[in-house]
Amino acid sequence: MSPRHLDNPQPTPRFSIGIDLGTTHCALAYVDIAASDGEKTSYGVLDIPQLTAPGSVEDLPLLPSFLYLPHASELAPDDLTLPWISEQDFAVGELARTRGASTPIRLVSSAKSWLCHPGVDRRAAILPNDAPPEVARISPLEASTRYLAHLRQAWNNAHPETPFDEQDVTVTIPASFDPAARELTAEAARAAGYTSLTLLEEPQAALYNWIQTSEGRWRKEVTPGDIILVIDVGGGTSDFSLIAVLEREGNLELHRVAVGDHILLGGDNMDLMLAHVVARKLAAEGKQLDPWQMRALTHACRNAKESLLTDSELEAQAIVVPSRGSKLIGGSIRTELLQTEVRSALLEGFFPEVDASTRPASRTRGGLTQIGLPYAQDAGVTRHLAALLGRQAGATAELEGFAGKVDAEASFLHPTAVLFNGGVFKSGILTERTLDTLNGWLAAEQAAPARMLAGADMDLAVARGAAYYGYVRRGQGVRIRGGTVRAYYVAVESSMPAIPGFEPPVQALCLAPFGMEEGTEADLATQEFGLVVGEPVHLRFFGSSVRRQDQLGTLLDFWQPDELQELGEIQVNLPAEGRQAGEVVQVKLRAIATETGTLELTAVAVQGGERWKVAFDVRGNSNSNS
Amino acid sequence: MNNSNPSFLKRISLAFGTFFSTLSNPGYAARVQDLRQQDDGLTPAPSPATATPTTTARPAVPLKEASADAALQLLALFQREARLIDFTQENLSSYSDAEIGGAARLVHEGCAKVLREHFTLVPVRPEAEGSRITLNEGFDARAVRLTGQVVGQAPFQGNLSHRGWRATETRLPKLTESHDATVLVQAEVEL
Repeated sequence: MSPRHLDNPQPTPRFSIGIDLGTTHCALAYVDIAASDGEKTSYGVLDIPQLTAPGSVEDLPLLPSFLYLPHASELAPDDLTLPWISEQDFAVGELARTRGASTPIRLVSSAKSWLCHPGVDRRAAILPNDAPPEVARISPLEASTRYLAHLRQAWNNAHPETPFDEQDVTVTIPASFDPAARELTAEAARAAGYTSLTLLEEPQAALYNWIQTSEGRWRKEVTPGDIILVIDVGGGTSDFSLIAVLEREGNLELHRVAVGDHILLGGDNMDLMLAHVVARKLAAEGKQLDPWQMRALTHACRNAKESLLTDSELEAQAIVVPSRGSKLIGGSIRTELLQTEVRSALLEGFFPEVDASTRPASRTRGGLTQIGLPYAQDAGVTRHLAALLGRQAGATAELEGFAGKVDAEASFLHPTAVLFNGGVFKSGILTERTLDTLNGWLAAEQAAPARMLAGADMDLAVARGAAYYGYVRRGQGVRIRGGTVRAYYVAVESSMPAIPGFEPPVQALCLAPFGMEEGTEADLATQEFGLVVGEPVHLRFFGSSVRRQDQLGTLLDFWQPDELQELGEIQVNLPAEGRQAGEVVQVKLRAIATETGTLELTAVAVQGGERWKVAFDVRGNSNSNS
Repeated sequence: MNNSNPSFLKRISLAFGTFFSTLSNPGYAARVQDLRQQDDGLTPAPSPATATPTTTARPAVPLKEASADAALQLLALFQREARLIDFTQENLSSYSDAEIGGAARLVHEGCAKVLREHFTLVPVRPEAEGSRITLNEGFDARAVRLTGQVVGQAPFQGNLSHRGWRATETRLPKLTESHDATVLVQAEVEL
């Protein structure tokens, strides 16, 4: 019942493996534990065998997170053969990405974003979202499982003498993942055959990578009192974390004090936006693009953008949309992308220079929203950043050694250092703009400018940092402390008299305080819940990223609208065995922050001490009482 | 020949087309050879296989057959990434240099990608072109070609006119048993 048996890795793993399970790409890195000593580590990245064309396998450092479900007569019998399997009715990686570009109805993409989408049943076969009935769909959970299984087999194929299952494995997740998404990621890993597993937040992994590559020099580059802001903008998501540096007994300690909201906004949105800018230009010349050409244009824009953003002297970059037929010269469309267009679209669209008090715009959605991914409604990364820093103004107020340093007048939390991560920040122009904007806010409040922590490989930092984390967990090097990123609450009905026409007011009962460390438990003793045997009980579930002071059992009568976010229902279902239907059992709730990195809720019978798991992901989850 | 002085871009295309036709078609190769000999006003040059001095009669070494699969695979990669076959099979006479230039950009970018991803290329000689270098006795004649006043004994002094290229690593995709390498690019049918 408890995943705790996973938390005891085999006695002496040779490698610590780090896996970046990204929205658009996966990567696997490793640290050779035996060959490493202290802060000098021996590490590498596994080149992942994958299909790049039918019947053709190549080893590439990144595995695109795409899954293609071919038609039965689309490929020859062993076109999907991999070094470790000859019969498979799907493809993941580069082939899936390129095939899927011309047949999107059979392509599963952004499975990770679906995995953390609370509005859908993540165990149900719903992907590809727009597939016709004939295509056998798979669930977001299943897609993630297949990527993870591919990586496990790739490792075993390359290292038969040190099997994957005997190594220490860390999988990364966005810091903003809620308990349900964390649990689903752990479940996908178990389904993929992972026996030893720890989850790590991606911005933390990026910082671990920075520490690793500094080989000990990081101690000179940060000082107690520093607040490091990690900005991670990947292909599909933007993720922020704030990590404070403090000193205890002469040693530097790192504390993750806050994380940002989940924002579905990344480099892919930027490429798409540029493609639309160019397509509008072409339309003005009377040239219409079909969907195939539009995808080719997006690809061409990505390449042109990279050239333009790395060389600010370049005024324009030619864009060629190749013809689909074999007439290459006759059928191609030629245009150009200007430096001014890239700057106005990306800098003003995604990284606008705004005030620290700006907040992202949120439109209320129409009544009939299509089932799709909840993309960020405001594309301004800097606005989302302003919102996080404003909300977390008091995040370090009670931290040891920060008491006198925090300016009580500050309208937002003042970071002193910034670490950039994610492919988007390969562009010096974008990092510069983000840093300048932040330093503008700091200057307005007479604070010193934040400095940039340099030296990370934007594509592989997360996987590498995860591998390094598995290594430091064994007692070598510094660890980032933090615990749970939110306090969690269940709704209980208030005893106030009901007023006709109004919903009965609810109170929020804290069942897991902020910052619960891995491996700790919290028993909610003050409140009992009566569960009816055979009838699932639904409870409203909330999280707060700012209420650090609430203790276990704190009962809130009211709160500010932005203090608590509703996280979807949780459900307890008592099996009927050995009991009479309709019988009422009194239970208490227990929260466990597992070593794996998930939050586990259990209902414990007041009499007898029996335990049942409380499920986070309620929709369509009939069998939750494992 | 309707165009006696083809433009530079047309010449690029012609060079690529000739290269692949020479490789794949022995008859074509013979015609190219004749043409080159006419131009140079030379007698037929001995082929490398027979170029070894024939003072002592040695039994002929059997020549090894190059693998057609690897050549076809590379051709497929050039087509996939750079549309090279499409480009060389197209008749250039009806297009302007600007139009050809647009497509050449795509071909150039794609070819560079294939070379970058599948080969590690390093210059044979690290020295800058134009610099004066010395070749000691026992230098690798397979890697360095002597031109001009080729007389006397090593060490040879000369100007480096081309640094040469060497592939230190080749990474071609692995193929399944039944893979048909002769299909360089599949026909595409949109339903």
